[in-house]
Amino acid sequence: MAARTQRAGTLIRLLGNVRFQNERMFSVFSVRLRAAGPSDEPPKFTPPAKPVIVDKSKPEEAVRRFISPEFIPPRQRTNPLKFYLERKDMLQRRNVLNIPEFYVGSVLSVTTSDPHAANNTNRFVGICTQRSGKGLGATFILRNIIDGQGVEICYELYNPRVKRIEVLKLEKRLDDNLMYLRDALPEYSTFDFDMKPVHLSPTQDVPVNELKVRMKPRPWSKRWERPKFNIQGIRFDLCLTPEQMEHAQKWAEPWRKYDMLKEYDTSSLEEKIYQEVQAELRK
Amino acid sequence: MAFSSMALPKMISTIHYRSFSVSTVVAAIQKMTRVRVVDNSSLGNTPYHRSPRVIHVYTKNGVGKVGDTVLLAIKGQKKKALIVGHKMPGPKMSPRFDSNNVVLIEENGNPTGTRIKAPIPTHLRKLEGDYSKLLAIAQRFV
Repeated sequence: MAARTQRAGTLIRLLGNVRFQNERMFSVFSVRLRAAGPSDEPPKFTPPAKPVIVDKSKPEEAVRRFISPEFIPPRQRTNPLKFYLERKDMLQRRNVLNIPEFYVGSVLSVTTSDPHAANNTNRFVGICTQRSGKGLGATFILRNIIDGQGVEICYELYNPRVKRIEVLKLEKRLDDNLMYLRDALPEYSTFDFDMKPVHLSPTQDVPVNELKVRMKPRPWSKRWERPKFNIQGIRFDLCLTPEQMEHAQKWAEPWRKYDMLKEYDTSSLEEKIYQEVQAELRK
Repeated sequence: MAFSSMALPKMISTIHYRSFSVSTVVAAIQKMTRVRVVDNSSLGNTPYHRSPRVIHVYTKNGVGKVGDTVLLAIKGQKKKALIVGHKMPGPKMSPRFDSNNVVLIEENGNPTGTRIKAPIPTHLRKLEGDYSKLLAIAQRFV
């Protein structure tokens, strides 16, 4: 019984193959008919256009809105003209170099030109652990472990030495700063240089990787359990006793969140700059 | 007595991996900095109760960065070494390592070992003339 169904299955597959081949032959044939016009020489092979699959059953979603954080100026008394001019320069650079959307926790590969490296390029792959700086001086730090040796490189986004920035895995983590990976077990910051890029559709939300890391034994480079870091991505229950966690709360400053002078609401500013950047990019 | 002489190095080596750090965590290399030897020379890889440490830095300000030469106290002897990476962040777009790495060299600049196990910053290649033999045994550049 089973054998018969299997045979039927292979037959159907065969039929499918035949039909597929027929279609392909037909398409190639039609191309040749069209191309072979006035001249007798065999026309060059033109590969058929790649089909675009549109799922019409789902409603159309808007593409993710994203503005790179270095476009938002810091809150200070500097003349806003300075930031405006810097934004112009940044957009000029972006016309030449594709700077993709990425977050702390995404895995990136950066190719830089390096006069001392072989064939003048140097490629590094790592997890983005921090983004800092505003305007043209914006930086991000990539971290990886190569041959058991932890290596971090701080790249400048708008440095002319940067040739290519590629996002291999677009995701966020529980924290906005992953400097604690220096004190975490090495498996959490080890990434393969030949990693294949993971595709994420531009309409999808960026997934949050809710990974909690295990740490090396203390001492750490910083006391990550202190409330000022507000770290969510560490398994504190494995390395600290409840008494120690309680003790760390001694440095909590619960009144800080009521300090209205510290508030910096960028939403309206962000909207304005987003429109400005989009208008500039459309030109 | 024999027992104590056997047990003592072992005990001290366990103390060496103690759970607190003595020197400052992030700084460039200076006198008394403990370093990690990353080549495969027998001098740098045989266990010893006292970790190799810098006793002199051959720069004018006494601070060693990548590419500077230092004098090490290693296994009770003096030995020169080249700094090939440190914890302190250097200029932008250059690697920062999780440990202070050195490679042992002879007086004339030739490496003592035959292989370097850790990655090495590419801008060390600026020193190609003096340390070409050392750069030739490097396995990987970042």
